[in-house]
Amino acid sequence: MAFDTYLLKRADFIFKNENDWEKILDRTLKLPPNEIINELMSSELKGRGGAGFPTGLKWKLTAEAPADEKFVICNADEGEPGTFKDREILTLVPYKVLTSMAVCAYVIGAKVGYIYLRGEYKYLVPELRKAIKEFEYFCNEVKHDFRIKLCLGSGAYICGEETALFESMEGKRGEPRNKPPYPTSVGFKQSPSVINNVETLAHTFTIFKYGAKKFYDLGVQYSRGSKLFSVSGDTPIPGIYELELGMSLQDFVNEFGDGDTKAVQVGGASGFLVPRKKFQETAIGYKGKLSGISLPTGGSMMLFNSSRSMYNVLDNYLEFFREESCGQCTPCRVGCQQLYNGIKAVKRGEKPTSYLDKLLKLTETMKLTAKCGLGQSVANSFSSIVENFREEMIY
Amino acid sequence: MNPVQDLIKSLAETHGRKRENLLPILQGVVEKEKYLSEYAMIEIARELELPSAEVYGTATFYSFLEHRKMGVYTIRVCKTITCSMKGKNQILEAIEEMLKISLGESTPDGKFSLLQTNCLGWCHKAPAMLINNDVYTELTPEKVREILKQYIQPTQN
Repeated sequence: MAFDTYLLKRADFIFKNENDWEKILDRTLKLPPNEIINELMSSELKGRGGAGFPTGLKWKLTAEAPADEKFVICNADEGEPGTFKDREILTLVPYKVLTSMAVCAYVIGAKVGYIYLRGEYKYLVPELRKAIKEFEYFCNEVKHDFRIKLCLGSGAYICGEETALFESMEGKRGEPRNKPPYPTSVGFKQSPSVINNVETLAHTFTIFKYGAKKFYDLGVQYSRGSKLFSVSGDTPIPGIYELELGMSLQDFVNEFGDGDTKAVQVGGASGFLVPRKKFQETAIGYKGKLSGISLPTGGSMMLFNSSRSMYNVLDNYLEFFREESCGQCTPCRVGCQQLYNGIKAVKRGEKPTSYLDKLLKLTETMKLTAKCGLGQSVANSFSSIVENFREEMIY
Repeated sequence: MNPVQDLIKSLAETHGRKRENLLPILQGVVEKEKYLSEYAMIEIARELELPSAEVYGTATFYSFLEHRKMGVYTIRVCKTITCSMKGKNQILEAIEEMLKISLGESTPDGKFSLLQTNCLGWCHKAPAMLINNDVYTELTPEKVREILKQYIQPTQN
């Protein structure tokens, strides 16, 4: 096996309290924008929201887009079931996120940044406002013209999708736009925008402080750096852990499982379920690894032991999706309902077990035709649960 | 002018009257009024010079912008997988029993409403709930009863 030699490695950057953010900001703002972009590119940092787009490239494309007005946006609409890391970052080290936003603004030529915070985290607002105020005061001192505004969501998972988030910020229903054009050319208010996840911005702070090499040296090929994992479910030690990318799921389970782990859902409801027999061959990291299965994740790791019914798990996910589908495109709106009703019908014996195959075909259609990541990713959890635990769906 | 009109006007003054200020205004009305009445939505549309259907369409998209009257305290119990695995149903039962209401209902005195919600982001401390904006985690039926008691009888100073 390719990962036998690789063990779980902890890292400790994100939550390390750095008292010198003012110095880091001041120092970074004196570098030419190109140099900052190159540093990010050579760190090979990829977006920590789950999609994994190279962060340096995103900044570069936005910097090069011709426009008078540009924006930097921090995506704090953390709604993926099983994920809670961004809340912790904004609670414990908000200044890292703010610093990175200010650097990004400098690199791309933006004057205003936004943090889109999910409504469920409204209690964070007073502290966050205080941090922003203090931060803006310092920006003024170093003559960096940059302001940060706070936008609050109102309970809609889809608004974490970047273009739906723009729509929501513009005062509309949070319905995803067609892509392309991508936010780097047409984003918030139709202007080029960098939109980064909270954790991604926190990692860029690490890179500004310690240099790209330090970050690059962590992890494995194609999956560089460390990543926060939100660990929940049947585990004796639920919580948030910063680990190097590229560990095998077996190593993960050895560390976090309760000895009876039968499956791990990697990447939340929109991710993949991995059964016990595939723990060894599955690695956690971005696609592109040379061998084995490599699963990307926004950080959600949910463990299930043998006391759990995978039917109930899937039922819960599908209920989530059918409520959170924005309803704009038919494959997702109708598909989620059909899948939800479908597995119930099979369980009750109202449909033959072969109906599961029809539902699997439906997820294929959704994957191909749904407009955005929400509708497409329903297929991930559905097919990986139904294929690996088919008997639990029926009996 | 009536109080709702006053409220909407002052929210519009604070946030601005552009389309992008619609959400904060809707949120402001919900915070004060505990819901968006048809009347409030029409007034917002008038104030922002938007079609009222647009205001309604936007408002009803978001699950935290209620359009039926909620209690002073809206309790939202997380129903997503980990909370569900760790005893969300017992928490709901304890609340229902204590407040004598079912899921989706409000107490007759208009003090509490009970709802379920999707992932609150506290999976490692499940089960969790929100009472208005405040988070309560690692709930047990006993703990829930203690928490609710504080809301039912505010401590005397």
